[in-house]
Amino acid sequence: MKEFDYAAPVNLTDAAVLLAQYGARALAGGTDIIVQIRENRRDAGLVVDLKNVAELNVLSFDAKKGLILGAAVPCYRVAEHPEIRKHYPGLVDAISIIGGVQIQSRASVGGNLCNASPAADSIPALIALVASAVIATASGKRETVPVENFCTGPGRSILGPGAVLVHLHLPPPAPNSGSAYLRFIPRNEMDIAVVGVGVALTLNDKRTACVSARIALGAVAPTPLFVPEAGAALAGSPLADADIERAAALAQAAAKPISDMRGSADYRKHLVGVLVKRALRIAIERAKGG
Amino acid sequence: MPKKIHVETTINGKPMEFLCEPRQSLLEVLRDEARLTGSKEGCNNGNCGACNVILDGRLVNSCLVLGPEVQGKTVTTIEGIASAQGLHPLQQKFLEHAALQCGICTPGFIVAAKALLEKNPKPSEEQVRHWLAGNLCRCTGYDKIIRAVLDAASVGA
Repeated sequence: MKEFDYAAPVNLTDAAVLLAQYGARALAGGTDIIVQIRENRRDAGLVVDLKNVAELNVLSFDAKKGLILGAAVPCYRVAEHPEIRKHYPGLVDAISIIGGVQIQSRASVGGNLCNASPAADSIPALIALVASAVIATASGKRETVPVENFCTGPGRSILGPGAVLVHLHLPPPAPNSGSAYLRFIPRNEMDIAVVGVGVALTLNDKRTACVSARIALGAVAPTPLFVPEAGAALAGSPLADADIERAAALAQAAAKPISDMRGSADYRKHLVGVLVKRALRIAIERAKGG
Repeated sequence: MPKKIHVETTINGKPMEFLCEPRQSLLEVLRDEARLTGSKEGCNNGNCGACNVILDGRLVNSCLVLGPEVQGKTVTTIEGIASAQGLHPLQQKFLEHAALQCGICTPGFIVAAKALLEKNPKPSEEQVRHWLAGNLCRCTGYDKIIRAVLDAASVGA
């Protein structure tokens, strides 16, 4: 592996100064960045280990304020959190299938977002759950960006030099709401999404109709893809089969997949339809079940 | 050349210090500095699990940890699994079930299984298979390994 320096700041200000240096790379769980540096896919002159910054390790849920998910919090802490399991099941679906147990010990949801893979499992789930990224900029200001606007291309994000993802914020769950994430891979574990689908929806008090819904797709565009029109098509509907079919067709229409070794563009389009329907039915059951 | 970093850590219950370059992985540090060569380099990118160690109670791939990251932490490697009295039941059961051929993946499987049984002493077969999804064996297949882990669990490993 090429040589680099290492720093482990303990506060956000020092972290931002270090990350503003030319060639600086952020390290949280390291499950992507260490491999990328080793395989010469990303350069690094300085690796800034962010795990000692207390603010990036916060994981707190409040029924009124929602969820604060610190950028360096490893997946296992999120997946084992009882209130997150209850209120954000779509997020738990996604992060429970990122790598195996070894990866989940280290990999962070924040890192999954910053790595900006089009096939990242957590990002469609976060978009569906209306997550926003809270960023500390180099000038010391805070910016809040919807997760669907965070990635700008494969491996690229809006983070500039010296900017640090501090945490993700997920709004509190509405009553009668449910979420789900499904991914297609040719085996059961340890693979990268051919297609991923995150959905979240809220039902009315009688649970007879949909109030609002959000659908986001992975691995079908240069970035994770929010499809607002697919969710909007469900709002006000009784979530009958025809409504679900229409939402799935809109998601398919929005998908712009490429053909590669994981699947052809046509196959991916087909999968989008199948997975949107399945994920919606799971989310509906969860919304009804409490 | 980047400055070497002084790291103090605990490996298999013993305090240890070493100097490492930032680019050295925990796996390289274990093998080249601590001379603990039980942890193996398989894929070196987090897929195969041959380098598995337990870091502060969590199973990790040591090839995906930088040496300086273990400052102040506790590491258990395959060398820390057996006791002075003899083999750990997991090791004994791997022998009894012939759950290895070439042996390169075995340290990783045993460390991973140890982490599983510490968290869940009586796992189902499905739970064992799911937990060991991050460990690859290219010769014997997985059935004997799964049976060895389940048998070790049945004797209270």
